[in-house]
Amino acid sequence: MAQYKLQINGRTYQADVEPDTPLLWVLRDNLGLVGTKYGCGIAQCGACTVHINGEATRSCVLPVSAVAASKITTVEGLSEKGTHPVQVAWDEVDVAQCGYCQAGQMMTAAALLKKNPKPSAAEIDAAMNGNICRCGTYHRIREAVKLASTKMS
Amino acid sequence: MSSTINNNSRRNFLKVGAFAGGGLLLGFNWSTAEAAGTAVLNGTSVAAGGVEFNSYLSIAADGVITILSPNPEIGQNIKTSFPMIVAEELDADWSKIKVVQAALDNKKFERQLTGGSGAVPHSWKRLRNAGATARHLLVEAAANRLKVPASSLTTDKGMVIHAASGKKISYGDLAVDASKLPAPAEVKLKDRKDFKLIGKAVRNVDNKEILTGKPLYGLDVYREGMLIAMIQRPKAFGLKLKSVDTAAVKAMPGIVDVVTFNNNVAVVGKSTWQVKKAKDALKIEYEKDGNLESTSDHDRIFQELLNKPDATVRRKDGDVEAAFKNAAKVIKSEYQCPFLPHSPLEPMNFFAHVKEDSVELIGPTQTPDQARNAASKITGIPAEKITLELTRMGGAFGRRLMADFVSEAVEVSKLVKAPVKLMWTREDDLTGGYYRPAVRYRFEAALDTKGNLIGYKLRGVGMNTGNSTRENNFPSGAVDNLLIDSVEHKSPISTAPWRAPITNFLAFAEQSFLDEVAQAAGKDPVQFRLELLDKAKKAPVGDIKYDIDRMKGVINLAAEKAGWGKKKGVYQGFSVYFSHASYVAQVGEVALVKGKPVLKKVYAAGDCGQVVNLSGARQQVMGGIVDGIGHAMFGNLTFKEGAPQQNNFHNYRLIRLTEVPEVEVHFVDNGIDPTGLGEPALPPTGAAVANAIFKATKKRLRNQPFIEQEPFKGVS
Ligand code: FES
Ligand code: FES
Repeated sequence: MAQYKLQINGRTYQADVEPDTPLLWVLRDNLGLVGTKYGCGIAQCGACTVHINGEATRSCVLPVSAVAASKITTVEGLSEKGTHPVQVAWDEVDVAQCGYCQAGQMMTAAALLKKNPKPSAAEIDAAMNGNICRCGTYHRIREAVKLASTKMS
Repeated sequence: MSSTINNNSRRNFLKVGAFAGGGLLLGFNWSTAEAAGTAVLNGTSVAAGGVEFNSYLSIAADGVITILSPNPEIGQNIKTSFPMIVAEELDADWSKIKVVQAALDNKKFERQLTGGSGAVPHSWKRLRNAGATARHLLVEAAANRLKVPASSLTTDKGMVIHAASGKKISYGDLAVDASKLPAPAEVKLKDRKDFKLIGKAVRNVDNKEILTGKPLYGLDVYREGMLIAMIQRPKAFGLKLKSVDTAAVKAMPGIVDVVTFNNNVAVVGKSTWQVKKAKDALKIEYEKDGNLESTSDHDRIFQELLNKPDATVRRKDGDVEAAFKNAAKVIKSEYQCPFLPHSPLEPMNFFAHVKEDSVELIGPTQTPDQARNAASKITGIPAEKITLELTRMGGAFGRRLMADFVSEAVEVSKLVKAPVKLMWTREDDLTGGYYRPAVRYRFEAALDTKGNLIGYKLRGVGMNTGNSTRENNFPSGAVDNLLIDSVEHKSPISTAPWRAPITNFLAFAEQSFLDEVAQAAGKDPVQFRLELLDKAKKAPVGDIKYDIDRMKGVINLAAEKAGWGKKKGVYQGFSVYFSHASYVAQVGEVALVKGKPVLKKVYAAGDCGQVVNLSGARQQVMGGIVDGIGHAMFGNLTFKEGAPQQNNFHNYRLIRLTEVPEVEVHFVDNGIDPTGLGEPALPPTGAAVANAIFKATKKRLRNQPFIEQEPFKGVS
């Protein structure tokens, strides 16, 4: 076990875990940040997507020891009350079916829009193709990313 | 806007609902059982426990309306559509509605399970009645206060309005007065042309919680002192546990115990990662306990059983042998699909705390009652002492109709005497059992010289499914001579219902075969189906268990919207299916890009009766089509000596965003009551796609997954 100081959503958290523990499980088991989801554990589905220094990253395969002082953002940190343009768009388009994949979907979309606020349809497709939605809400995901892009200031 | 309430839901609800600040509380039964109607409750009758209602509607003095939603939520959006139905009749202000998810109360919730697309049809009238009763009482109360006849009052957005004087009184203001009035014996329901909410797109009431990452799902449950458990199940179906060396694993960091039960080895520890590592380090020996079946064995078994002389006859009309003897043309084809896991994105999990004389259960299940009974059986603790709190489900697709994972959580908690959250990894989810079983069908059709279908045979060979046919579905009733029978193989591989059980593949096979027959008869596929339906209408053969006009309705609508037969440059395929109680027709549209077929679009026309929430309904259809395409195209779980060969999403492929075509959804508006929509959009999809691919390439897809057949073989 080792002590880690993590910079998450603008706060400092401490966790005493084994160095190879994936960030996903530190967030969920140790820090009570359960918005980040487990879907596959092998970087295939995107349910666990968080931002590491602004980059969309699969937290299920990222050992906590590799995080160091990086700035981590989880869905809880996207906005306090669901007012991030991506969350607003996701609500307006009513994207969620079961909802389980949507935190990961939104984190991927938010990272894309931060870098590229007006992505083309092809750029949206390329960014979002790594996130699985078993309920098949893909049409609405596309629509919501486009809508969010109009709301980015 | 919504929350989950704990055990003793009814009493808590009453507290949070009407009685804290005073107001109107109605009890009603949302099941179809014609027991008690809607009644006004007062403090005494509730406290005495003599109230046999399973749903409650309260209007508090501050105008907040609370509705208790009894059904497990798996993403079919009933937590939004139920209150919409009540609010419609009540003329409530939608922004003032609060929805509360009920915990299990098995005496009250007669149909507290999710499956079979039955939730809305089941409760439609009851919910409307409850809303209309509340409205009636509020209007009466207003009439008394204003001293005007009730007939001079109207209602809108939570207000009773007296147009003549311009006076308005809010529901909250009237709630206490209304609670003193007796419930009417009968209320008038709205004419559907006056609906303001039903049929509109209303956003999911849980959006805010979902989109801000709140703990809604079973996997998000954390309790004081809770341990994490994972189970190593036998690695192949047909193996049993011989021995396990637990010492090394018990010594690993964070591990509290390693226990065995029913051929399972459970690792229990403090954190998910520690338990996962320990589970992977287990050294277990197994021995043979039954047949170790491989996919190649299944292929052989299918061939044997297709020719088995003694099958179970499911339906027989006319003289099928004579029809085939006299036929001008005979068409014969076989269709097969593989095993499929359900793979909801949230893997199986459950929280259990077995105490001295009670059990606490929390988690995602489609059948809470069955889960509780399983827990009672394992612990010997009576069901009344077992509480079950439902969580939102990260998908289910039928998998959470099983209670195996609840039983496992209970077994482990009982053995380690601690609160336990049992978690399945994705690997466990794909290899741990309960699959849609593989099935093979053989169809035969006899045509006369004019291309009329005079004989039809279907043999279904299923695994653990009993009847793998739906003998009374179309085209039964439209063919003079028909024989449908089935044979079953008992496999040690565990199987379970999967979204649209049986029909999820049978529809593909049948609708593809009818395409083959239409082609052989030289007829347009849409015309061919319509002719058969006309025949079934004019001269029905035997029982007809589907509604001919509703089926024609969706066929015509889909053909019209897709511009059937009128388009250049694209190839279209047609399919229509009746499942559960609804009808969906689809047209698949394929283009050839550099000689390769590319699925461009799917048009869907559905008849599910009255659409309640247009947003949820459209997504159910679009999601069903995406699901249908994805599994037809890629889904494939194979076995080698009883062991599943795919174990995570790198080798078990799910459809992704760039692989979905455009989808256009239309609904038939015929004014009949809702007939359900959670499943019926999926069955027709495979054939709409495959029939279009045939038109484009002359390659007939008869087996799934398509990706392993021509013209897709070798394409990534
Ligand atoms: S859980 Fe990390 S990608 Fe699936
Ligand atoms: S909404 Fe269910 S997995 Fe995406």
